[in-house]
Amino acid sequence: MPAITMKVNGQAVCGDVEGRTLLVEFLRDKLGLTGTHVGCDTSQCGACVVHVDGKAVKSCTTLAIACADSEVTTIEGLAKNGKLHPMQEAFREHHGLQCGFCTPGMIMSAVDLVKRNGKKLDDETIRHELEGNICRCTGYQNIVAAVKAGAANM
Amino acid sequence: MSETGTGIGARVKRKEDQRFITGKGNYTDDINLPKQTYAYFVRSPHAHATIKSINTAKAKKMPGVVGVFTGEDVANDKLGGLICGWMIHSKDGSPMKAGPHPVLAQGKVRYVGDHVALVVAETKELAKAAAAAVSVTYAVLPHVVDVADAMKAKAPVHDVAPDNRVFNWSIGDEAATDAAFKNAAHVTKIDLVNNRLIPNAMEPRAAIGSYDTGTESYTLYTTSQNPHVARLVISAFHGLAPEHKLRVIAPDVGGGFGSKIFIYAEEVACVWASKHIGGRPIKWTAERSESFLADAHGRDHVTHAELATDANGIITGFKVHTKAAMGAYLSTFASCVPTYLYATLLSGQYAIPNIYAEVDAIYTNTAPVDAYRGAGRPEATYVVERIVETAARELKIDPAEFRRKNFVTAFPHQTPVIMCYDAGDYAAALDKALEMSEYSSFGERKSAAAKKGKLRGIGLSAYIEACGIAPSAAIGSLGAGVGLWESAEVRVNPVGTVEILTGSHSHGQGHETTFAQLVSDRLGVDINNVSIVHGDTDKVQFGMGTYGSRSGAVGMTAISKALDKIEAKAKKVAAAVMEASADDVEFKNGTFTVKGTDKKMAFGEVALSAYVAHKFNSAEIEPGLKEGAFHDPSNFVFPAGVHICEVEIDADTGVTEVVSYTAVDDFGNIINPMIVEGQVHGGIVQGIGQALAEGCVYDKDSGQLLTGSYMDYQMPRAADVPNFKLAFTCTPCPSNPLGMKGCGEAGAIASPAAVMNAVTDALGLRDVAMPATPQTVWKAMQPMKKAAE
Ligand code: FES
Ligand code: FES
Repeated sequence: MPAITMKVNGQAVCGDVEGRTLLVEFLRDKLGLTGTHVGCDTSQCGACVVHVDGKAVKSCTTLAIACADSEVTTIEGLAKNGKLHPMQEAFREHHGLQCGFCTPGMIMSAVDLVKRNGKKLDDETIRHELEGNICRCTGYQNIVAAVKAGAANM
Repeated sequence: MSETGTGIGARVKRKEDQRFITGKGNYTDDINLPKQTYAYFVRSPHAHATIKSINTAKAKKMPGVVGVFTGEDVANDKLGGLICGWMIHSKDGSPMKAGPHPVLAQGKVRYVGDHVALVVAETKELAKAAAAAVSVTYAVLPHVVDVADAMKAKAPVHDVAPDNRVFNWSIGDEAATDAAFKNAAHVTKIDLVNNRLIPNAMEPRAAIGSYDTGTESYTLYTTSQNPHVARLVISAFHGLAPEHKLRVIAPDVGGGFGSKIFIYAEEVACVWASKHIGGRPIKWTAERSESFLADAHGRDHVTHAELATDANGIITGFKVHTKAAMGAYLSTFASCVPTYLYATLLSGQYAIPNIYAEVDAIYTNTAPVDAYRGAGRPEATYVVERIVETAARELKIDPAEFRRKNFVTAFPHQTPVIMCYDAGDYAAALDKALEMSEYSSFGERKSAAAKKGKLRGIGLSAYIEACGIAPSAAIGSLGAGVGLWESAEVRVNPVGTVEILTGSHSHGQGHETTFAQLVSDRLGVDINNVSIVHGDTDKVQFGMGTYGSRSGAVGMTAISKALDKIEAKAKKVAAAVMEASADDVEFKNGTFTVKGTDKKMAFGEVALSAYVAHKFNSAEIEPGLKEGAFHDPSNFVFPAGVHICEVEIDADTGVTEVVSYTAVDDFGNIINPMIVEGQVHGGIVQGIGQALAEGCVYDKDSGQLLTGSYMDYQMPRAADVPNFKLAFTCTPCPSNPLGMKGCGEAGAIASPAAVMNAVTDALGLRDVAMPATPQTVWKAMQPMKKAAE
C-alpha cells in the first residue's frame, strides 16, 4: 500500500492508501472528516464535493492517490479562526438546509461557483451552476437565496 | 404572535444548523465503533425465482470474512419475519393475505434486490468481494411488475394470494352512490395512473448493530424516523430481545419522507448477526443503487373514477376504483396507505353527499410500496382534483368557480368517508390564490406565450389532507396495530435550563428550533437554554416518531401538556417560597408574582428552590421539577389550501417548464413561518418531480429495475423549478390547544394535480401520463399536430 501525503484543511496529513481508495474514503475513514458525505454511486448528487487545489471536485469519483501532495479543503476547513465562511452563514440565515445531508457539498460547490462567476449572481446562473448537487428537502429556493447572499458577502 | 423574537410565530434561525453547516452532523454512517465489521447483502438478480441452493463455503474462506448468513440461519435461530402493522379486511370480511417476509429469503425470491444472504467481513471491500463468491442456484418463475396485469399473473407472488390480490376493500355507500349516478345530469369519467416513485432521501439507509456479551443486550444505530417503533417491532415480532435489552438510536437522519419509517430486513439482520460473530458491531450503509432497489417505493396506483353532477353543476356522487401495488411483500404500514390514508380523503374540499370507493391491493414482483411523503393523500388529491378539473371543463364552468360552488362551507362537516372536517375556509384560500396568481389575466399570458411558440396552461389544485392520525381507539378499531399518540418529558434543571425529551424525531424538520420556541414562549426561558433530546430509546420514554405531519399537532401538544404540569408544580413551589397561596401566584414572561403584592421570583429561582427543597414541606410538594405527558388527539387535523400552477410547453420539443407557482395554505397557527415555508418548497418540488420527471420503471419482460440510479431516475434539480409564491390563511385547529395543523406533506399532495391540470390545459387534452417528460408530451402532441396539418 503506498503512503501519500497531502494538506487537508491546512494540516499536513499522511496515510496508506490502496490504489483504488477514493478521496472521500480517505477523508471519512482515515482522517475522520465525516462532514463530506456520500449520497450516490454514479457521481450525480454532489454530497461529496470538496476543493482540491482550489477547485471543486466530487471526492467520490477522485482517487486519493491522485490527490497526493495536493491541498484539500473540506467543509470542516471552511470556517477560519472560529468564524464561519460567509457562505456557511448565508445557508443558516436563509434556511438553505433542512436535513443537512446535501449541505456540505452544496456549500463547497457554492463557494466554487462564486469563484468562477463572481459575486453578483442571478438566480438563473446559480440554478444552472448547481446542476451537480441534488437536494431532496429544500426545493432549492432557499439554497438559491443563500448562495446569492453568501456570494455578495464573500 | 410576532415574526421577530424567539417565541411562537417568530422566524427563528435554526439551532441545529451550526453543526450541519460546519460538517459536524452525526449521521449513522459517520459513527464507527471499536472492532467494527462491515456488511454486504447478496441480492436477488431475478424478479421471481425459487432458490434451489445456496453455497457459502467459498465465500466463508475468503480473506477477512467473519460470517456469512442465509435464510436457513435466520430460520434456525427463529428470528421472526417482517410484519405489516395494519390489518385490513376485505369487503367479504376476510383478512388481508399477508405472505411471509423473512429477514433473509427462504425458498423463494420475489423481486430484484430481495435480500438473500448477509456477508460480514473486516472491510466493505472484502465483504463485497466475498458476496460475489456466494453461489445461489435459482429456478426462475414467471413474474409480473405492472399492477394492472398482476391479477392475471401466471405464478402468484405468494401462495396465500392465488390471484395476487391482498385485499378487496371498500368504503362508502355503494347503493346510495349508484342512485346518485342514475339521477345525474352529467357524469365525468377519468382513468389515471399515479406513477411509482422512489423516495430518495439524500442520506442512504444505514445501520450499525452490536451485541454486548457482558450485559447481553443489543444496540442498533439506524436511519429511522421512529426508533421506538423499530425497537418494539424488533422485540415483539422479530423476537430478537426484550425491549429493555435493545437500544435503538436514530442520530441525525438525512431526510426520510416516509422511507425511514419502516422496519427493513437489512437493519434487523445486522443487529441480529452481531451476536453470532461474538458481539462485534456490524455496519451497513446502503449504496444508492441499493436504495433504488430496496427502499420502500411510493404511489403506484391505477384508478378509474366517475363524478356525477346535477344540472346546476353541483357534485352529487363520486365513484372510485383503484388498483394499488403493494410490491412483493407488505411493508410496515403498506396496507393503510391506499385505504384509510387514501379513500377517506376522496371528498376533497367538497360537500359530496355520496361516495363509494373500492380498492384492490395487489402483489407485484417489485420492491415493497409504502408511505411516501403524503402517503395516500397525494393519490386522493390527484384523483379528486383531476376529475373536478375535467368535469368543470366538460361543463364549461370556470374550474375555480366550479370548485367554489362545491366547497364545504359549514363546519364541522361529516364526509361520507369517515372524516369529519373540523375547521377551514376554503374560499378564502381560493380567493387569495386567484389574486396572487393573477388568474384573471391568464389569457394575456397565454397569447403572449403563443407568439413565442409556447403552449401556456394553468391548473388549480384545492387539496385537503388529514394529519396527526388519531384517536388511537378509533384507528385501533380500523385495524392499526399501534396507537398514534405522542409523549413528552420536560426536565427543568436546577439552574433553570430545560431539556425536552420527545418521542418525535427530526430528520430535517427543525424540531430543535420549533420545539424550543414553544418552551421559550411558555416558560420565558432563553431559547439557547432549551435543548431537545430525541432519537434514543435509552433516553426518551416511549414515542411514536415523525411522519404524517404529526410532530406539531401531536408531538408539540404533548410538550404543551407537560409544560402545563411544570407550570402548576412551579406555582406551588413559588407559593411556598413566597409564603402565598398557589391560587394567588401568577406566571408571565418567566416571572412568578403574587397577586396584589410586589413579591416575585424568576423561573430559574423557582427551579432551584424546587431542587434544594429548603422552603417547602416535602411531604406536600415533591422536590424536583420534571413532568411528562402523553397526548392522544381527539381528531385528525385538516390542513388545506389552493395551489395554482402555470406551465409553458415548447411546441417543438415537448419540454414543460413550470413558469409560475402559487401556494396558499391553511396550516392553522404556525410556530416558525421560515421553517414552514421551507417544508412547502420541498414538498412542491417533490410533487413537480412526480408530475414532470420522476417515474420508477421495471422492465415488463425481465422484471429488472430500469431506473436504478440518478442517471435513469430524474430527480428535480435547481434549474428544473422556479421560485414559488407562498401565502397562508389561518383557521386554527380546534382539536389541539396550539391550534396547529401540519405542513410537511402539503406541497407534495397539492402539486402533482396542479401541474398536470396545467399541462392538460396547455395541450387541450383530457389526460397526459405522469411523469410528463418531454418525450411523453411530444408524443401526446403529435395527433393534434397531424390534425392541424
Ligand atoms: S457521492 Fe459524489 S456525487 Fe454523489
Ligand atoms: S437539506 Fe436534506 S438533502 Fe438537502
